[in-house]
Amino acid sequence: MLRSRQEQRRAWWQASPAAIWLGLFFLAPLALIVLYSLQSRANDGTVLWTWTWANYAQLMRDSAFWRTLWLSIWIAVVVTAITLVISYPLAYFIATRPRRWRIVLLFGIMIPFWTNFLVRIYAWKVLLGNAGVINQLLEGLGMQPLNLINSRLAVILALIYGELPYMVLPLYAALERFDHTQMEAAYDLGANHWRAFRRVMLPQTMAGITAGAILVFIPTVGTFAVSDILGGTEGFMIGNLLDLHFRTTPNWPYGSAISMIFMLMLLGAIWLYFRVTKEVPDGENPG
Amino acid sequence: MAKTLADARANVRHGGERPVTRKRVPWGAWALRINALLTYIFLYAPIVILVLFSFNAAKFGTRWTGWTSQWYRDLWQSEKLQAAAWTSIKVASISTLIATAIGTLAALALSKTRWRGRRAFDSAMYLPVIIPDIVLAVALLGFFTLSFRGLQSWLGLNLQLGLSTVIIAHVAFNISYVTVVVRASLANFDQRLEEAAADLGAAPWQIFWRIKLPLILPGILGGALLAFTLSLDDFVVTFFARGPGVNTLTTEVYGRIKRYVSPEINAISTVMLVLSMVLVVLSLFMQRRQSSRTV
Repeated sequence: MLRSRQEQRRAWWQASPAAIWLGLFFLAPLALIVLYSLQSRANDGTVLWTWTWANYAQLMRDSAFWRTLWLSIWIAVVVTAITLVISYPLAYFIATRPRRWRIVLLFGIMIPFWTNFLVRIYAWKVLLGNAGVINQLLEGLGMQPLNLINSRLAVILALIYGELPYMVLPLYAALERFDHTQMEAAYDLGANHWRAFRRVMLPQTMAGITAGAILVFIPTVGTFAVSDILGGTEGFMIGNLLDLHFRTTPNWPYGSAISMIFMLMLLGAIWLYFRVTKEVPDGENPG
Repeated sequence: MAKTLADARANVRHGGERPVTRKRVPWGAWALRINALLTYIFLYAPIVILVLFSFNAAKFGTRWTGWTSQWYRDLWQSEKLQAAAWTSIKVASISTLIATAIGTLAALALSKTRWRGRRAFDSAMYLPVIIPDIVLAVALLGFFTLSFRGLQSWLGLNLQLGLSTVIIAHVAFNISYVTVVVRASLANFDQRLEEAAADLGAAPWQIFWRIKLPLILPGILGGALLAFTLSLDDFVVTFFARGPGVNTLTTEVYGRIKRYVSPEINAISTVMLVLSMVLVVLSLFMQRRQSSRTV
């Protein structure tokens, strides 16, 4: 009894610095966003402390906001799906190499991942720019230059480029743990490739897919720098909208309301994802 | 020790050095290889081109006009960039030290299974992973502005956004990552060692400093290294939490990247690239030494 109380006190003591720091500089700011979203904007751009729902009412009618939110979700879904389709076979390939090769191949994935992400975005600007490397090549071949930069395509490419390792690494971890002789067993029992994959390998690597999908989806949907540098007006995403309302033309209450809807949507999406993926193996019809 | 056991088991399962893929699908193995090859090209082509063009003599555009090392010499003389690089290192070092201490303590607390508030604390620790950094960034901007105004009017304190707000913000998003890494190494820690030491009469502080800490040190160093890189890499939170005139390498580079493409930026990028590779090699080297010692 005494020992457990002592343990309890020690655990609290150890947890308290993190609890205080995160409470003060993470939870309190997020809570403040809730308060801000219920105020209004004074004429000089500062916050006027008058309690009102007006920001939310205005947001509901703001078609530009919904278009931006929809575009962000659409881009994040496309990026997550493409990285998954590329990464799963890649992770499988790496996980089934001899041990020495596995380390080299993984290291090869990690190097771009460790380079500064602004550098990675900039590399795409060099490639896709109007006078960029690709257009120089096209010109050299006597073809018309393409308008590649300031587009959704540029944003999607750079996001896939930046987020790919976040998908490969959890998938690799799952596929490395997977007992590959189970596939042989499934074949011996008469399953074809698709069936063996779907019934044996996929359920056992689902945790890796979930981790990868969340790790890719969240930074992608909330990206600011990639769309800011490569997106132009066509690739204007929710992060840019927040930047607009908090920095460029300050309207913090309105920006806070946008943050709130965005956060709620994100938490809802994660919750939904866990519900749906949990039901896939159970809901499957036997035979 | 536990790691070598796990590796041994993985080796048995995978049939030793022999890859397990069978020639079940005739084109399958080739499709896998081509997918891997294309992905590696996709990952490396932009970087290679970036480095190549940092040696391009042309001041504008991406037309190749000959080799030069002038842009690197310019870098060496740019005081603005050097100041920004120093700021980055300062921010990363200080925030890493604080976040590592706090995050390690939090991991130690979480390694104890039963105490009140553990579940709430555990889920709060995952928030920084789930909340996009742009949301944290604008929230911190609002929070700092409001609380500084409050402190000004109540206590007459004159606080401003500046370097310290950037450091505070970096600690806030780094604690969780340190905790995740240290927790993993605490999971491998053999509880019986602690009990044995206690039976032999060691005081709690002796157990911690002489037994537990040395054994989880690689985890702590790994967490610190992750925090350091995340801090160096961060742009969005720094961009919003900094005061006027404060520039880290990322905010300094961002201003230039946004406006134009130039060989100078290619040169900065190449230097940053080389630096992060040095960091990676260093961390791998440290891990290698650690694992060769424990085996």
